[in-house]
Amino acid sequence: MRAALVTRPIDPATLVAEVADHSCGAVSIFLGTVRNAHAGKAVTGMEYKAYEPMAVRELEAILLRARERFAVEHIVVEHRLGRLELGEVSVAIVAAHPHRREAMDATRFTIEEIKKTVPIWKLEHYADGSREWVDPTRGAPPVQPPANVAEVVG
Amino acid sequence: MAREIQVKALLFASYADAFGSAEVPLLLVVGSTVGDAVAALRAKSPAAIPARPLVALNERYARYDEVLTQGDEVAVIPPVAGG
Repeated sequence: MRAALVTRPIDPATLVAEVADHSCGAVSIFLGTVRNAHAGKAVTGMEYKAYEPMAVRELEAILLRARERFAVEHIVVEHRLGRLELGEVSVAIVAAHPHRREAMDATRFTIEEIKKTVPIWKLEHYADGSREWVDPTRGAPPVQPPANVAEVVG
Repeated sequence: MAREIQVKALLFASYADAFGSAEVPLLLVVGSTVGDAVAALRAKSPAAIPARPLVALNERYARYDEVLTQGDEVAVIPPVAGG
């Protein structure tokens, strides 16, 4: 099990080799890549930033949960930070299990959890020269605040 | 006994841009909470961060009623967008 934030290109083949195990008949790979459009705007590139120590801690916690739930033998995640061009891999999750279902469930679970809790942000660069921090909650109901905040914030 | 504590507030992404800083030292009275730290930040720049942002205390998601101690790190977490 390994979680890392990296500033170099992610090499999926290296990660596949890392989880290789003769007891595993399935290796599942999820790659997130930089897309050329968002909300109707042409995207030319992306910049990822993180609260690094907490992001690593959260990634590790997610891998622990994935291992607990799906009993994957090996699972690794790398998330890239810094400037990325279109098509580059921003995140890779690779899981190995004796059987395919658990391997695939583990990678899906891991990417869904990453999108919920890991403190990573992306600044989109648009074709018109503008930039914007992506806010996945925009247009969605507000995030439920922690309990008992009403009296402190006033 | 000291009557004040110093904590470090961290801001990220859109919040850091709006605040004009990514790291803000805060002097707070002893017994102050995570919520007090958020209120202190909002007192400096009301428009920079929302009223009830997600917060982390020493690299873990925290509740607003957790009490701070000298040297703590409080991070204000904008909506995450990893992946």
